[in-house]
Amino acid sequence: MKVSELVEKLGLNVFSGHKGLDREMAGGYVSDLLSDVMGNAREGEVWITLQVHQNVMAIASLKDLAAVILVSNLQPHENTIRHSNDENIPVLGTSLPTFEIAGRLYQLYNQ
Amino acid sequence: MKLTFNIQGGDFTHAGKPSSEVKKVLKQLNVDGKTVKNIVIALYEAEVNVVAHAWKGTVSAEIDENKITIFVEDDGPGIPDIELAMQAGYSTASKQVRDMGFGAGMGLPNMKKNTDELLIESIVGKGTKVKMVNYFK
Repeated sequence: MKVSELVEKLGLNVFSGHKGLDREMAGGYVSDLLSDVMGNAREGEVWITLQVHQNVMAIASLKDLAAVILVSNLQPHENTIRHSNDENIPVLGTSLPTFEIAGRLYQLYNQ
Repeated sequence: MKLTFNIQGGDFTHAGKPSSEVKKVLKQLNVDGKTVKNIVIALYEAEVNVVAHAWKGTVSAEIDENKITIFVEDDGPGIPDIELAMQAGYSTASKQVRDMGFGAGMGLPNMKKNTDELLIESIVGKGTKVKMVNYFK
């Protein structure tokens, strides 16, 4: 499934990294601990988090993640947006809290 | 081939630069993907440790035919009890660092797990030297 389909089906905002919307997703990862994501997330996963600072993008890039979803209407920092555009890794947003969006993403991905 | 970088303590905006550069070079050299992933995890954690705890530091990565040797050396407070610091979940990070999602006590265990050799030497009040070796498959 492409990131663009997630955006469409889950009604996500696209904050940045539009050029990366055709990335293929390979599952999801949910964590707000950066070392956990660094150590355990896998290439192509979509990362759901409440962290909005630019180190999120450093990790998304180092781990070759497909996209980042920010929960509960949180807004990315300006340098997060810049980094996302540089790396072509989309930063997406939702009004839903983590539990809700993770559940919907899981369901959609495993359909 | 040798790559060197400077790290400034407290500067989270540039955390990840050395790992990103090393990743690029290793990919160009066609080092296998799994090994690159391990190295990137270990180096990123080492970088963040310098940023989160030390005043300043350097990364030097020496790439040979069959291995990469990375030295991360800092001027900083040092680690009084390395064995304790290696324990998963043990952390001395500040609240500010923890609020960013760092400082969960997973950094050193991640470094151990993702390197073939890890050596840490530290002098309290002076700094810490980390040596990490990964062999290419």
